[in-house]
Amino acid sequence: MESILEVKDLKKNYGDFAAVKGVTFDIKEGEIFSLLGPNGAGKTTTISMLSTLYTPTAGDASIGGHSISKDPMAVKQVIGVVPQEIALYEDLTARENLIFWGQMYGLSGKSLNSRVDEVLEQIGLVDKAQNQVKTYSGGMKRRVNIGVGLLHKPRLLFMDEPTVGIDPQSRRAILDTVKELNKQGMTVLYTTHYMEEAEELSDRVGIIDHGELIALGTQDELTKQVGQTDTLILHINENEDTEALAESLKGLDGVLESIAVDHEVSIITPAAEDVLASVVSKANERGIKIRSIDIREPNLEAVFLHLTGRALRD
Amino acid sequence: MKKLLLIGIKDLKLMFRDRAALTFMLLAPFLLTIGMGFVTGRFSGGSTGLSDIPVVIVNLDKGDLGNALEDLFNSEELSGLMEPNASSDPEAARQLIESDEASAVIIIPKGFTESIIPTGGVTLDPNYVQPEPVKIEGYTNPSSPTSAGIVKAVVDEFISRVEEGRTSGMTSIVGLMKDGLLNPLNVEKEASELFQNAAESESSAITLKTNIEGSDAVELDLLSYFAPGMALMFLMYTVSYGGRSILAERAGGTLPRLMISPTQTTQVLGGKVLGIFFMGVAQVGVLILASTLFFQVRWGDALGVIVLILAAVFGATGWGMLITAFAHTPAQVANTGTVVMLIFSMLGGSFIDLENFPPFIQTISKITPNAWGLDGFTTLALGGTLKNLTEPVTALLVMGTVLFGVAVVLFNRNGLVQK
Repeated sequence: MESILEVKDLKKNYGDFAAVKGVTFDIKEGEIFSLLGPNGAGKTTTISMLSTLYTPTAGDASIGGHSISKDPMAVKQVIGVVPQEIALYEDLTARENLIFWGQMYGLSGKSLNSRVDEVLEQIGLVDKAQNQVKTYSGGMKRRVNIGVGLLHKPRLLFMDEPTVGIDPQSRRAILDTVKELNKQGMTVLYTTHYMEEAEELSDRVGIIDHGELIALGTQDELTKQVGQTDTLILHINENEDTEALAESLKGLDGVLESIAVDHEVSIITPAAEDVLASVVSKANERGIKIRSIDIREPNLEAVFLHLTGRALRD
Repeated sequence: MKKLLLIGIKDLKLMFRDRAALTFMLLAPFLLTIGMGFVTGRFSGGSTGLSDIPVVIVNLDKGDLGNALEDLFNSEELSGLMEPNASSDPEAARQLIESDEASAVIIIPKGFTESIIPTGGVTLDPNYVQPEPVKIEGYTNPSSPTSAGIVKAVVDEFISRVEEGRTSGMTSIVGLMKDGLLNPLNVEKEASELFQNAAESESSAITLKTNIEGSDAVELDLLSYFAPGMALMFLMYTVSYGGRSILAERAGGTLPRLMISPTQTTQVLGGKVLGIFFMGVAQVGVLILASTLFFQVRWGDALGVIVLILAAVFGATGWGMLITAFAHTPAQVANTGTVVMLIFSMLGGSFIDLENFPPFIQTISKITPNAWGLDGFTTLALGGTLKNLTEPVTALLVMGTVLFGVAVVLFNRNGLVQK
């Protein structure tokens, strides 16, 4: 399959701080490619460079055969961008927003109106189209935000954390929309720090941390990197010292890694059932009450943990 | 160009949906104008403007032009507005100002007519330098600035017409002599007739401009001074509101989204500037329309008013862009804009006639669009037309252009969005 996006050693520095340290990857036509990483990993900066908003410090990328540095106007015609923040005019209605942004992409007249109707249908806001965006819920605003990115039928859609801060129902609707768009032939670059979203959507995943692409491949390829391991997740009551528990578990036989995040302790182990009893016992010894335990098979969270020693939500 | 317009229209639409901003941009200046009207007695039910302005004419010239000016103040057309008194003693006349018994004293010095219409005839000598005309002296009462301003405007208009007549008359005579159509022996007689005609035409020119149909007096409606003063004051708020929208769009993500779309940076910036310009024009336009409809404020020559609005908004928009280019957040623009609005309003004469300020303040006031705008609106209210607006309109256009230039350099240096 032909690559629609080829990124070569892309770097972005702010003074002495390197936000993106030379990432290289490509996206095939028709793929959903996720950039997975914690907040501040460099996902948004990478997308900002690819969408020609920021100038790279070094490196280049080719989108639809056009260089982002040398031919940004041609690149803009190929891509659609759904930014992380809701970039809409709240005092305008959804329809007025879509019309304005459609005009900015060169649409006009009947084709603009019919395309706006299609997009409103697609994002499920036909009935509310005449309401000002400021009256919408967060989820509805997110849907309009996505709709704007779809107006000119881009070949490649950049979606930068489109589900941040919304309710589960709206999140579900957005994930379904992404899958539907991909079915219709649209290539998607999706950034997220939610492992579940990357797992559900992606054909391939790039894991990014501290501005570096630390792993790249299909989910199977990535999980193989950590071998056949399970992730044991202990849900602990509030006010308990999870850090101390995680630290004490590291010495147990069969525990490869142990990390505390919020009120959870994640344990990487070759076989969860072999260490379960000793883990519970250790917690009891320290007087820590475990509310529940999850056992997960190898996943992207474990890959990230394995590669960085930190959880995605750190 | 199309995208520029679309961005500008979008901003105008957003302004009309922002109730808080609308209140400040339209209602506040309107209410303040009404307040000024009450304070000045504009709505007291009596006189609808100034009348019987006490002016003392000291005509030491007694020539054709001196008499023409004196006649003008005593003319039927100005009878309701002016209450002229003749005097032959300049010092005694000036005392009347000190004692607050007169708003202005006009002293027409001896030899005024002679300096303009030389009795020695006209020479064809190319090296001939025409003597400087003797100047009319005017003294105004600081406690009645508007009345004094009206007297000054009448005299200025008279002098301007005499100057025109003198120049055109001289040119005509020299031309006729060169072409052999005028005998040099008859030059003196012809010149006198030409200048006499010019002097006589003064009264009709001024009458045409200041005569108000159905009224018994030529009046400068005080609201014609305060309404533009308030409109120009709040225009500065509007342009800073517009400037603020650039930074608000940057913070809210719509500006980066515009930059990601296939739209040039110049189109984005130009569209935002156009939006500010539209807002300013809409604001001043609505205020002018409302004050005309509700208070019968006379703004003067319609074409002049339109051109002046466009020029004033252009100059003010330049300031709005400059403030925005220096600021980092919308709040900074709002704060700076409010301070600038108040300083410019005071400096620019929105509250107190500039003539009451010391000369150096009057000079500083030239940096404000308020001063130039008010100058223009007062000229129009006193009967001037577009022709009389050359100076304020040029100043406002130059002001806007220079400020835009500086703002664009700053935007280029700092980037419209962080890169």
